[in-house]
Amino acid sequence: MYWLKRNLPRLVIAPSFGVIAWFVYGFIFWTIYISFTKSKLLPKYELWGIDQYFRLWSMPRWHVAVENLFIFTILFIILCVFIGIVLAILLDQKIRAEGFLRTIYLYPMALSFIVTGTAWRWILNPSLGIEKFAQDIGFETFTFDWLVTPGMSIYTIVIAGVWQSSGFIMAIFLAGLRSVDDEIIKAAKIDGAGIVSVYTKIILPMMRPVFMSAIVILVHLAIKSYDLVIALTAGGPGISSDMPAVFMTQMAFHRSEIGLASASAIMMFLTVSAIVVPYLYSELKREDDRK
Amino acid sequence: MKKIIIAILAIVLAPTLSYAGSKAEVLHWWTSGGEAKALQVLKDNFAAQGGEWKDMPVAGGGGDAAMQTLKARIVANDAPAAAQIKGPTIQAYDREGVVAPYNIDAVAKAEGWDKLLSKQVAGHMKCDNGKAYCAAPVNIHRIDWFWANKKVLDSNGIKMPTSWDEFNTAADKLQAKGIIPLAHGSQPWQDATVFEAVALGIGGNKFYKKAFVDADVKTLGSSTMVKIFDQMRKLKGYTDPGSPGRDWNVATGMVMEGKAAFQLMGDWAKGEFAAAGLKPDVDYYCASTPSNNGYLYNVDSFIFFKIKGKEKVEGQKLLASLIMGKEFQKVFNIYKGSIPARLDVPMDDFDKCAKKSNADLNTAAKKGGLLPSFAHGMTLELGVKGAIQDVVTEHFNSNMSSQDAVKKLSAAVKAAS
Repeated sequence: MYWLKRNLPRLVIAPSFGVIAWFVYGFIFWTIYISFTKSKLLPKYELWGIDQYFRLWSMPRWHVAVENLFIFTILFIILCVFIGIVLAILLDQKIRAEGFLRTIYLYPMALSFIVTGTAWRWILNPSLGIEKFAQDIGFETFTFDWLVTPGMSIYTIVIAGVWQSSGFIMAIFLAGLRSVDDEIIKAAKIDGAGIVSVYTKIILPMMRPVFMSAIVILVHLAIKSYDLVIALTAGGPGISSDMPAVFMTQMAFHRSEIGLASASAIMMFLTVSAIVVPYLYSELKREDDRK
Repeated sequence: MKKIIIAILAIVLAPTLSYAGSKAEVLHWWTSGGEAKALQVLKDNFAAQGGEWKDMPVAGGGGDAAMQTLKARIVANDAPAAAQIKGPTIQAYDREGVVAPYNIDAVAKAEGWDKLLSKQVAGHMKCDNGKAYCAAPVNIHRIDWFWANKKVLDSNGIKMPTSWDEFNTAADKLQAKGIIPLAHGSQPWQDATVFEAVALGIGGNKFYKKAFVDADVKTLGSSTMVKIFDQMRKLKGYTDPGSPGRDWNVATGMVMEGKAAFQLMGDWAKGEFAAAGLKPDVDYYCASTPSNNGYLYNVDSFIFFKIKGKEKVEGQKLLASLIMGKEFQKVFNIYKGSIPARLDVPMDDFDKCAKKSNADLNTAAKKGGLLPSFAHGMTLELGVKGAIQDVVTEHFNSNMSSQDAVKKLSAAVKAAS
């Protein structure tokens, strides 16, 4: 009985731990293994070496996808965090109808990326959306055709992604702002700090953990971004807005290149790890130091 | 205690026992309008023969979602009885060892499929180096069609073009009048569809075969290929700015409304005209794209996997026999807009375009112009096909020169194969 009491938490955790160990970590290792095989239509298990990685990096399309990933991730995170913080600070000024406004900004998050992508595809389409509207009301030389211009289409994905996610980041920062002790702000004001320096010098630095959550969420949203690309541009025009996740799905299920797709999945996995792991490590270490 | 167990077993097993006979689980992605209706015919036939049809429709992504499901099932050693697979992918599955021992071959031999199908179509249906049937064809789609708005053409004195130069002249004339000459949705597969029709027309039948059936790198890098890309660049100029990403049926709608004059698309586009109540030669024209008796085909088919259990094998045999049935081939293809794969189906009930398709098919077969569509996965390994498609769509949607495109094309094909 005593044994049961002592081990009950472990017993309760065990099934979900087992499931995660198998379905997340197990399959990560499976994918790593497959990326070293010659698998085409179906998985094969004879090892082939690292040729799939050579093939992957010799494909121009993969280079386009990786470049787009960096453009998208960097812009997406910077813009989301910036807009999120500004909105949160503005909402934090004890304004009227805050609940109502907060809901409006948060609402895009309730939509799936597919809906966002489809809506923005119509808004940005030159013969249906903004461009046509502006031309119809008299600005005949107005052009806004990023969606159909190779080289610019990736930025339309940034626009739609930021529109979708910045409200959520605002909510996270708002919660963070609310947890800051009023006394500190009052003390700072007594010492003669202006509102700007209160925020930039005191409050935002205190919100490190909030930054961490926001950035970790945004990084994985960015790297996983598949449905938004599919709904908005489907990787087009041509292959100009291709992303690694789209590339991977195409190779695995459209082109019967499971080995190559696994190799690209591992590259994505390493990219995420390379960004998130050091960040998490430094942040968690800092917390340990504090203790 | 024993009695109770037997009673429980009896109750549990009763439903399964009453379904004895033939069973078939069929994976497909024909879930929209005409396609679903067409498939319903097969389901009804199957049920009428006392079989149990387990439907496994996986919609979305032009079959991508279905492929994911199918692969998961095969890896789990639980393949469905039949799946909607076409072209060289049939033989690719055979090489993976999941098709043998070719359960339906006996049916095919008994019914004499060799005589009912043209040699070319039969070739796509056979595994084991062409020795045994392992798939059954349902239809033949033609890819190289021009669809045109009759009113727009007639009022501008334009006839259906018989050469690409003629098309260019007509398109220039239309563009000057503010009509979009070519309704096109610039998605990779649509770009490839246009590309292969242009390649067939400008390069000719032999060239097409060398380039897209044999994947001959020298042919892919030839000066003829430069000319083909030049024509693609011209065609790009005949599309409207809203073209990238547009769905094919929206483009068909533009032709119906008279906003655009032509569309180059396979004969499933006919379904859109029919659904709007429009008739060939009254409201719209259908004609093959300019080529020397060429005919690009896409044959949809069902592959039959290795499967265990007598009733399941019986189900496969029944299904294969029904798919090749005369009545099914007729009704299905009238709904689908294609023509029967089986040669002896009377064409009386089909529309004008289908009759033309059937007649052209026979001429093309005699003159060596009957060729598999690469854009629709009837030839080339999927990886090579994808590599070509990438270059075609990249060229079409950018300012890349034809020379660069040709260089990229041969490099990409080399890398993929």
